[in-house]
Amino acid sequence: MDFTFSKEHQLLRRMIREFAEKEVAPVAEEIDRDEKVPFGVLKKAGKLGLMGIPFPQKYGGAGAGEVGYCILMEELNKICGSTATIIGAHTGIGAMAIYLDGTEEQKQKYLVPLARGEKIAAFALTEPNAGSDAAAIQTRAVREGDYFILNGSKLWITNGDIADVISVLAVTDPALGARGGVTAFIVEKEFPGFKVGHKEEKMGIRGSSTAELFFEDCRVPVENVLGMFGAGFLTFMKTLDVGRISLGAGCLGASDKALEMSMEFAKSRYQFGAPIAAKQAIQWMIADMAIEIEALRSLVYRTAWMLDAGQTGREFSTMAAMCKVLGSEVACRAADAALQIHGGMGYMKKYPIERMYRDARITRIFEGTNEIQREIIARNLFRRVGLRLR
Amino acid sequence: MKVVVMIKQVPDTNKVRLDKRTGTLIRKGVPSIINPEDKNALEEALKLKEKTGASVVVVSMGPPQAEDALREALAMGADEAILLTDRAFAGADTWATATTLGHALKKIGDFDLVLAGRQAIDGDTAQVGPQLAEYLKIPQVTYVRELIVDDGKVKATRALEDGYEEIEAELPALLTITKEANVPRYPHAAAIMTAYREQEVALWGAEDINADPESVGLKGSPTQVKRSFTPPPKEPGQVIKSAPSEAARDVVAILRQKNII
Repeated sequence: MDFTFSKEHQLLRRMIREFAEKEVAPVAEEIDRDEKVPFGVLKKAGKLGLMGIPFPQKYGGAGAGEVGYCILMEELNKICGSTATIIGAHTGIGAMAIYLDGTEEQKQKYLVPLARGEKIAAFALTEPNAGSDAAAIQTRAVREGDYFILNGSKLWITNGDIADVISVLAVTDPALGARGGVTAFIVEKEFPGFKVGHKEEKMGIRGSSTAELFFEDCRVPVENVLGMFGAGFLTFMKTLDVGRISLGAGCLGASDKALEMSMEFAKSRYQFGAPIAAKQAIQWMIADMAIEIEALRSLVYRTAWMLDAGQTGREFSTMAAMCKVLGSEVACRAADAALQIHGGMGYMKKYPIERMYRDARITRIFEGTNEIQREIIARNLFRRVGLRLR
Repeated sequence: MKVVVMIKQVPDTNKVRLDKRTGTLIRKGVPSIINPEDKNALEEALKLKEKTGASVVVVSMGPPQAEDALREALAMGADEAILLTDRAFAGADTWATATTLGHALKKIGDFDLVLAGRQAIDGDTAQVGPQLAEYLKIPQVTYVRELIVDDGKVKATRALEDGYEEIEAELPALLTITKEANVPRYPHAAAIMTAYREQEVALWGAEDINADPESVGLKGSPTQVKRSFTPPPKEPGQVIKSAPSEAARDVVAILRQKNII
């Protein structure tokens, strides 16, 4: 067993940390307040290869694998949940779907510019009547010669209004449902019939944009079918599995930052003639945060390592779901404890704890609610002992 | 054109803490970095590479782990990296360091420009650059914040305490670069991976550079550290709170008493 990061991953972390502190930190508060996508940061990130960290270099990526990508998400989330969310939706799911199941031509055409950060990606699954119940989607795709005609709408799509390329899931055969009747497509924003609806105002991750998408007789060329025809549900679920590890990694970064700030504050805040760190109530909160964070770190990087080692499959899906659940819950608890330790200061908008607290909350909801993750985990566990649940 | 950049791996002194009990530096867990002004020197070299197609060679003397500093330089865009590492080089003062680097540069041979940081954050001597130029018998310009290479010459702007000097020198020459010269680039993520997975760092020992073991390392060092200590903290100042006319008299009295005036 060897739990050390490779030298290249260590240097990558140092570079990303410096980038986050020098280039992202100065805009973090402003983009949250004004709901402004940090295009300048994204451009710089693209030039440094940070928009395609996990993909092989032949596809314009950094070739740093899932471990490298988790390092990026961890470090970015220490500084800015919004920026991490944008890059997460772009790299971790939008472009990831093309990397996992795209043809060589699709990878050259779409993945390369996405990995280089020249274009932005989004991942469109959720609909007004389908979220956790992903198989209930209603967006329809009907073949017409060399095109598929898409009709329907998608909801709460991160990067929806800034994306150039969107991985979209649509029903191609309602009779077959999720097993054979759903197909994934690569949609360009210029395709006729693609429209962006209104942008949501959110509680947290406000620097990332979340929009509604409409497909009104949207013409998608046949060669833009992503993965096997009828197997889109698998493509999307596989992509989400991978995305859940890095989501956990992001939560790890946010939690770690909350702990670091809490300790710094507890050390310097004096009450009754002593730093509040001397109080057992504070010590227990700090210790609990640290215990959970270390457990999360081990889980996240072990799961990332599994993926890089090619150990995918049901065991891996279960672990990825655990990364998502543990990560998001640790992040919410850590943000809550950090706010409590900071007292009044933690509640004020002037200090970043308040933003971190708001940013953390979404992680228990998006990319599959924690309730659904627990179902996945339990279903996979019972399957091991011969019981198949639906 | 070939530009050689001398770099040193140093502890990140921003992250060094003091042991309050013993007054010594806590080196444990302190990351090693490329000396900041050496990074500025490297950035100047990389700018020349972009402008003129120059090749950039980075050279460092140090223990085996200094390889990481060279890999980082490769990730930033250097073409070639050489680590001078040998037990015989250990314990070198600035003179013996310059001698060792000089041997390496003679082996490299066809360089046009040597760039080094103004000084290292761990020793602050600013001596190795100038000593190396003397060893090689080539022109040197120190404290450079701007440079232009043209037609076999280098024009450099040298920062002084009270102004600037414009100096022109024939190539090959050695320049020491200050932090005002530029903002060093971040390495590209893909280049970081390639620097470790595909690129080579050449390891040169004393024999490889034809160095007489007596002239390098501790043996070749005319100066030696006898003892290092933390200077005692300054005593707190004294605030005179009386009315200005009286205060002036009090201050004069104290200065007289201390034989300052």
